[in-house]
Amino acid sequence: MSTATIQTGHANHDAHEHQEPSFVRKYIFSTDHKMISKQFLITGIIMGCLGMFMSVLFRLQLAWPDQSFGFMETILGTWAKDGKLDPNFYMALVTIHGTIMVFYVLTAGLSGTFSNLLIPLQVGARDMASPFMNMLSYWFFFISSVTLLSSFFIETGPASSGWTVYPPLSALPKAMPGSGLGTTLWLLAIVFFIVSSLLGGINYISTILNMRTKGMSMNRMPLTLWAFFFTAILGVLSFPVLLGGALFLIFDRSFGTSFYLSDIYLQGIGALTNVGGSPILYQHLFWFLGHPEVYIILLPALGITSEVIATNARKPIFGYTAMVISLMAIAFLSFIVWGHHMFITGMNPFLGTVFMYVTLIIAVPSAVKTFNYIATLWKGNIRFTPAMLFAIGLVSFFISGGLTGIYLGNSALDINLHDTYFVVAHFHLVMGSAAIFGMMSGIYHWFPRMFGKMMNNTLGYFHFWFTFIAAYMVFFPMHFMGLAGVPRRYYQFTLIPEFGVWMDVNVLITVSAIIGALAQILFLYNFFYSIFKGKKAVQNPWESNTLEWTAPVKHLHGNWPGAIPTVYRGAYEYSRPDREEDFYPQHIPGNDNEHVDDHGYILPTPVRKEIPVAEKPATVFFTSFSRLFSFKRA
Amino acid sequence: MTDNTIIIDEQTTWAGGRSPFNVSYGKLMMWLFLLSDTFTFSCLLIGYGAIRFSYGEGWPDPSTVFNHFPFAHGMNLPLLFVSLMTFILIGSSVTMVLAVEAGHRNSKKEVAKYMLYTIVGGIMFLSCQAWEWSQFIGEGASLRENLFGLTEAGKIKAAGLGFAHHYTWIEGVDRMAGPVPFASLFFIVTGFHGFHVFSGVVLNIIIYINTIKGTYERRGHYEMVEKVGLYWHFVDLVWVFVFTFYYLI
Repeated sequence: MSTATIQTGHANHDAHEHQEPSFVRKYIFSTDHKMISKQFLITGIIMGCLGMFMSVLFRLQLAWPDQSFGFMETILGTWAKDGKLDPNFYMALVTIHGTIMVFYVLTAGLSGTFSNLLIPLQVGARDMASPFMNMLSYWFFFISSVTLLSSFFIETGPASSGWTVYPPLSALPKAMPGSGLGTTLWLLAIVFFIVSSLLGGINYISTILNMRTKGMSMNRMPLTLWAFFFTAILGVLSFPVLLGGALFLIFDRSFGTSFYLSDIYLQGIGALTNVGGSPILYQHLFWFLGHPEVYIILLPALGITSEVIATNARKPIFGYTAMVISLMAIAFLSFIVWGHHMFITGMNPFLGTVFMYVTLIIAVPSAVKTFNYIATLWKGNIRFTPAMLFAIGLVSFFISGGLTGIYLGNSALDINLHDTYFVVAHFHLVMGSAAIFGMMSGIYHWFPRMFGKMMNNTLGYFHFWFTFIAAYMVFFPMHFMGLAGVPRRYYQFTLIPEFGVWMDVNVLITVSAIIGALAQILFLYNFFYSIFKGKKAVQNPWESNTLEWTAPVKHLHGNWPGAIPTVYRGAYEYSRPDREEDFYPQHIPGNDNEHVDDHGYILPTPVRKEIPVAEKPATVFFTSFSRLFSFKRA
Repeated sequence: MTDNTIIIDEQTTWAGGRSPFNVSYGKLMMWLFLLSDTFTFSCLLIGYGAIRFSYGEGWPDPSTVFNHFPFAHGMNLPLLFVSLMTFILIGSSVTMVLAVEAGHRNSKKEVAKYMLYTIVGGIMFLSCQAWEWSQFIGEGASLRENLFGLTEAGKIKAAGLGFAHHYTWIEGVDRMAGPVPFASLFFIVTGFHGFHVFSGVVLNIIIYINTIKGTYERRGHYEMVEKVGLYWHFVDLVWVFVFTFYYLI
């Protein structure tokens, strides 16, 4: 290796100073990780808007099932005859909303964007280990998105068997309209997605392990990198299992095998010729991906939150090592808990108990993270930037959604709660809203890094408060519906007299969902306006310690014009008493001897000076609320 | 090589202390890919296990099914042919080891020689698999049906377990048709493995051509040979599991 000749990003960079890359190489088939991260982000935002729009459509159906909406017929045609949503298309909307949000927005849009942007910049590398694979990763994701969306333009409509596409509904092409070509396209899209995810994940892990700059030992890495690292490991190990599971399903659907098909009787006669498999097998294979997938979504958001909270609280993150270990524990445990999605499949109760215990153990590392966030905020010199508000919002959702996870993880309670709105409320809070808030936090925080411009803070505050309140108004009432036994994925509750009492709640949820959706227009306006006309960003707008803020605002292929900075300490040296400024960037050389032990590890600073806070954190928190109404540019 | 390439030492690529695995990122990526592929194969083999053991005694005995050998009509040679296939694949792994070892000595001629042997081994394995598939298909196996039925004892047990209705009496061959997944799992598991072998042969041919052209000699090291070597050994290892689970157990 020592004699290896390797083409490095540095060499590329030298070449670029003489020759600007063509439009296609720079903006479309770019191998620059910063451009690829923007591509992921913008594709993710577009997919997110589509997914959100679908949710508004089916929420309208749930709130006013007998009402006719003329605009629906205009946009959906035969799927909304006379302005009333077709039941099969309602199922398709629910399915594609879930698929888009889980895979395309919160996996690729979140992890793809921020892993790509931050891994090379924060480890101090010129680019990813393999920029070409990185480019392929985006383009497979793009093909996958197009394939999935194309299923809206076929006669039978998109896949309709829920985002989990359980057989036999998904395995029998004639089971319902969406089970035909729609499901084939869904499976194809997922196969492309898995390829994209593997190409990305392998790259992320290798870059973090092998491309760190001088001095950047693992225990000095920002928590974002740790989170991306474990996310990538989860993806590399769990997506292949979905690939195998999807392979079986494709064969069942298209080639007449029977891995997932067993006896189905219609009027006492066996309806299938291909029998002998088990649909439960699919559930095992799917949830072996499906549960780690939850953490693939959540861990990057938690990593972003750690970084944003520490930076804006002007304090070292509380319990750095505990944070890393809890990430590791969550990642490990996520592989052995998949059975808790299957308690009512007729699983042996003993096995159910085992799955219950390991599931409940996840509460421990999750609680460690939550308490560490709160302890980091405690007595911090908090700056309520929009990013910080979204990060605190994540902590809030993580707590309120995580608590209901303890109910659902209980194999006895799950008999009642399974497939009710309680489940919908739980996962929309803990992984949906929490991860979206983590993503928003990341966008507001690293927007200056991505585009060299600042976003408007006032619009950011509006965006936060509307979204935060709307999200709770949407998902909190669903807990009560679920406890009362209202099942998810039903088309029309007025047909079932027992659920009639929930109609008012359904209207409240839908109105809140529409308000929440409209609030995103503020974000979209702010985002796209600021890209072009935003205030120019300074080098290090948040006075952060990490390496990405040392790279020039103007984007260079190769990130740093000269040598890569060397790292001298961990990423969380905020408010050190021996420093004039309240931050101490990783790349500034300094006499750290009194804080370093014999092994070169950074010790926590023993004494901290009194934090000169004019206002108490709570006061500042509400100041940000009052700023909503001041209409000043912050 | 070109102006774009500079010689860098470990200090520049890896400056975070001692390298965790002491490998280049390319090899690390190959290891990670193999790790993820392990999970794909595990998924297929676990799916196979789950379906197979749900049949208990109702599963055909592989040694009564795969008992043919080319040019040996009518002889009962259980698993002999598949053992030969295994031997060929393991043999090609040995020549791959020799190619990697020759690469460490920068001996272009030997690398090329052993790469060629490995490619021939891979093609031989694929040809054997083609013969075995056509034999199996010729006897009535397909993704949709399987004529290989139960032993007498298995039939009685199957009836006791209440899934005898899965089997039908085939007039022409005078036996009970066995569980359909027996054949379809065979095709999907060995097919997926065969696809890996095929990809490996293609990769090996690319590396062989590059070796002949002297690309690695100019580069000064044969790391690419090591990388395809890792892949090839992995494919071999997977075959050992497929062989054990599908044919022996």
